[in-house]
Amino acid sequence: MVKLSDNPSIDTATKLVGLAVVMFAFVFVVMVPLYDVLCDALGINGKTGAEAYTSVPAAVDESREVTVQFIATNNEGMPWGFSPSTTTMKVNPGAVNDTVFLASNPLPFAMVAQAIPSVSPARAAAYFHKTECFCFNRQPLDGGDSAELPLQFIVDQDLPKDIGTITLSYTIFDVTERAAGDLASR
Amino acid sequence: MGFKAKRLVQAALAPVLLLTSVVCAAAGELSSVNMSPGVTVVGREIYDLHMIILGICVVIGVLVFGVMFYSIIYHRKSRGVTPATFHESTKVEIAWTVVPFIILIAMAVPATTTLLDIYDTDEAELDIIVKGYQWKWKYEYLTEDGDNVAFFSNLRTPQAEIYNVEAKGQNYLLEVDEPLVLPVNTKVRFLVTANDVIHSWWVPQLAVKKDAIPGFINEISTRTADEGVYRGQCSELCGKDHGFMPIVVNVVSKEEYAEWFAGKQAEAAEVNDLMAQTFAMDELMDRGQSVYTRNCLACHGADGEGGVGTAIAGSAIATGDVSGHLEVGINGVPGTAMQAFGGQLNDVDMAAVITYQRNAFGNNMGDLIQPIDVYNYKKGQ
Amino acid sequence: MGDHHHGPAKGLTRWLFTTNHKDIGTMYLWFSFAMFILGGFFAMVIRAELFQPGMQLIDPAFFNQMTTLHGLIMVFGAIMPSFVGLANWLIPMMIGAPDMALPRMNNWSFWILPPTFLLLASTLFMEGGAPAFGWTFYAPLSTTYAPPSVTFFIFSVHVLGLSSIMGSINIIATVMNMRAPGMTYMKMPLFVWTWLITAFLLVAVMPVLAGAVTMMLMDIHFGTSFFSAAGGGDPVLFQHVFWFFGHPEVYIIILPAFGVVSQIIPAFSRKPLFGYDSMVYATASIAFLSFIVWAHHMYTVGMPVAGELFFMYATMLIAVPTGVKVFNWISTMWRGAMSFETPMLFSIGFLVLFTIGGFTGLMLSIAPADFQYHDSYFVVAHFHYVMVAGAVFSMTAAIYFWLPKWCGRMYNETMGKTHFWISFIGFNLAFFPQHFVGLAGMPRRIPDYALQFADFNMMSSIGAFIYGASQILFLYNVIATIVAGEPTSEEKVWDGAEGLEWTLPTPAPYHTFETPPAVK
Repeated sequence: MVKLSDNPSIDTATKLVGLAVVMFAFVFVVMVPLYDVLCDALGINGKTGAEAYTSVPAAVDESREVTVQFIATNNEGMPWGFSPSTTTMKVNPGAVNDTVFLASNPLPFAMVAQAIPSVSPARAAAYFHKTECFCFNRQPLDGGDSAELPLQFIVDQDLPKDIGTITLSYTIFDVTERAAGDLASR
Repeated sequence: MGFKAKRLVQAALAPVLLLTSVVCAAAGELSSVNMSPGVTVVGREIYDLHMIILGICVVIGVLVFGVMFYSIIYHRKSRGVTPATFHESTKVEIAWTVVPFIILIAMAVPATTTLLDIYDTDEAELDIIVKGYQWKWKYEYLTEDGDNVAFFSNLRTPQAEIYNVEAKGQNYLLEVDEPLVLPVNTKVRFLVTANDVIHSWWVPQLAVKKDAIPGFINEISTRTADEGVYRGQCSELCGKDHGFMPIVVNVVSKEEYAEWFAGKQAEAAEVNDLMAQTFAMDELMDRGQSVYTRNCLACHGADGEGGVGTAIAGSAIATGDVSGHLEVGINGVPGTAMQAFGGQLNDVDMAAVITYQRNAFGNNMGDLIQPIDVYNYKKGQ
Repeated sequence: MGDHHHGPAKGLTRWLFTTNHKDIGTMYLWFSFAMFILGGFFAMVIRAELFQPGMQLIDPAFFNQMTTLHGLIMVFGAIMPSFVGLANWLIPMMIGAPDMALPRMNNWSFWILPPTFLLLASTLFMEGGAPAFGWTFYAPLSTTYAPPSVTFFIFSVHVLGLSSIMGSINIIATVMNMRAPGMTYMKMPLFVWTWLITAFLLVAVMPVLAGAVTMMLMDIHFGTSFFSAAGGGDPVLFQHVFWFFGHPEVYIIILPAFGVVSQIIPAFSRKPLFGYDSMVYATASIAFLSFIVWAHHMYTVGMPVAGELFFMYATMLIAVPTGVKVFNWISTMWRGAMSFETPMLFSIGFLVLFTIGGFTGLMLSIAPADFQYHDSYFVVAHFHYVMVAGAVFSMTAAIYFWLPKWCGRMYNETMGKTHFWISFIGFNLAFFPQHFVGLAGMPRRIPDYALQFADFNMMSSIGAFIYGASQILFLYNVIATIVAGEPTSEEKVWDGAEGLEWTLPTPAPYHTFETPPAVK
């Protein structure tokens, strides 16, 4: 082993300080990104990825129908109206499906929202692909305005056979303060 | 001395024997000392698993402590024994590494089976969103046509019982204003989430416990079996009133459930009708008081004297402009514990509680706020 | 270097500037006892409120502050520093070293502790109150919804983490570099071994805790969203990071306790420790396993079933090395010539109660059953059997065992035994019924409870008061020993005790082993 000091105790101590620093960095450099990767891979918390799915859709499996449920919830302090336009859809795996969510801002000033998707059962998350989603970006709305927020998705043909219903939930958060910079530049 | 020592050992053994006997008593399904087998198949399975593991632990414990106490009794210096000098044996070490390992495998098998049963994804017949709030639950029944039934479930135990002014009722702290109602013999899927911090929805007898995480959704299901009332509590620390957000589940016959559900839908329609009505002061005050007790009292006090929240008695908001009062009630005060109640209370209840706050606690403003005022305020924002 | 051979300096400066391992050890021990009393006082407030159903003494918000501070102070202020104090006193004496390897750092690592805990306790008087989110401080209750004092809490955690890391580095450097000639690793007393492994655990995981609170700090003050879904983060990530620290932390607390008991049981059995090598390997395996079991604290959080199974199997495995240890201790007692002075009584108490805590731990490891145990009083009972009857009992045993060596005076044996029996009865009365209320459905961390839990809670409170009161007897006995105990000058205070520390004069002189001893 490399010797960092002639005094063996200082040598040991220096190496241990190094270990402590490495472990501190480990939290930020390894644990946080690794958790995100694992979430996407295993569908922890039903996370479905924050970027558009770009793979070419394979053949549509006409023989199978999967029920997709839509849920919309507001987090604390979010006064917007927010709901799915349809609550359930029957879809064929592999097919491209479109729907919209309805949002309205009842307050007299502009606000920015961020929708967070979550799929249940979590096992299905990896098989639920969003090709277009309002959750990829923050959604600004002027005071009193309303909007239709588009969603386009594909259910993978490899969805495990025992899953018949997939629930897609969106929670919207008020991120007006976080997005203050974005608004100012608009 | 020997006699005295023996007495000492007996004294030492007594608590162990006591503990063992209590554990055995627990095996007799006394619900106050043991896990409840509950009323579901999975609950029964978990209970059996619990009893198997407990049984194995008790047996191992009796053997291990038996050897130890034998040694304590017979291998004492006061008996004049000469200590042995052995201090290692590879064979023995291997034996007591391998044997526990085998026992663990024997435990892991039923544990794995039960876990897989909990995680089964059979189609559910009923989907309910369970949403944790500081400090109450909201239940939303999902329907095909999107005409969902949703309501809040608040602690019903009055403050007077909690603060020992009145005698405590039988279901003290385990009673709510509106229980969750489920049909019997139905597979129900709970979609659990939270509005603010992490909560956990636990009903021991249904063997259901799942964390409610803000922004994400968790699911857990149960198949209801016996009709009855099952009670539970939030089991993840969620702030001040963590201990005061119980869960009550009524499992009723399918007919009764259908009736209740239709009633709920009618009630929602009725509220729509009420919106168009004008109420007299005493009607609003009565309704307002009950809304206040359920939603405001915990923070603002029984007499509007304040607590976690500011005082309402004589406050600038309650004795000032009506629109300012509506603003606070509907949209809350950002950055404080005052939530936006606009989405939690219907317009009738909102009108009633604002009227109540402006006329009770010596505020005596004489204002009368009608549902239509609340509606217009919301619309006009 | 002349004054090395003098006794200690006089007055306050002796303690402020001391670099002597015995002085620093003493300060750690007294400090941790003071924290034990403070954390214990909070526990008494909790048990007094829970004596009967209904809110009697304090309000729910203050109750949460009490449970939070009780946990934090007991874990970080009482148990951990007490074992560091013991390590300071004993490790140099056990391995034949004149002092710790880095004496000046040793002084700092102690002296940053008292102001930190003063700061932590002072949050009680701040606007919005003390931290009220439990010692596990789950986000977002501890971030978005925290009282303003959370910033001081984060600062405290940083400093006490720094103190622990410095203390651990010192211990590792001492053990690796300061052993007397002939003191090979496999000849070291087990207490030294367990502390060496513990110290490595501490250096590895305290930075992870620091990372977790740093992320909290950034979320609260600098607009990041590690733990907030709104900005793309996840509150569950906090739990993973916390328990990645938290589970090894549990073993950090218990491993030195194993070490203590492994010294005491052979001494009073008058027979060498059975299976020394396997004890070392078992300790190392427990330390290794502690890194891959963290998510068993989170079975209900919504993990994939494969994850649940992995963490369940890994957790169950811990029972194997832990079992090996228990079997070894009992084999040490087997066919010995035992006597039952106070240290031995506390060690046997440890053995019995820790084993019960181990059984409930095994039950908790079973994921499907944990769906019913999780966050109930069953868990509270479990970890108090491990933390109190495990760590605190063994610490108490250690004080009775080595105190005569340290101060050259014998404690009062009758009072010691009385202390044991009152503690033992009080402890079991306090915590055994908590298994029952937990199984019957009482969640933890609630200030008030349903009526069916009333009887057991009252028993529990009475037991807690008895256990608490017994500590006053302990304090009195220790002070009486130091001030006016019966002097003893036997080198081996206990006839069965083995090890280098027992070859020193009694009381242990201020400076020891300035020339290394010969190790057979």
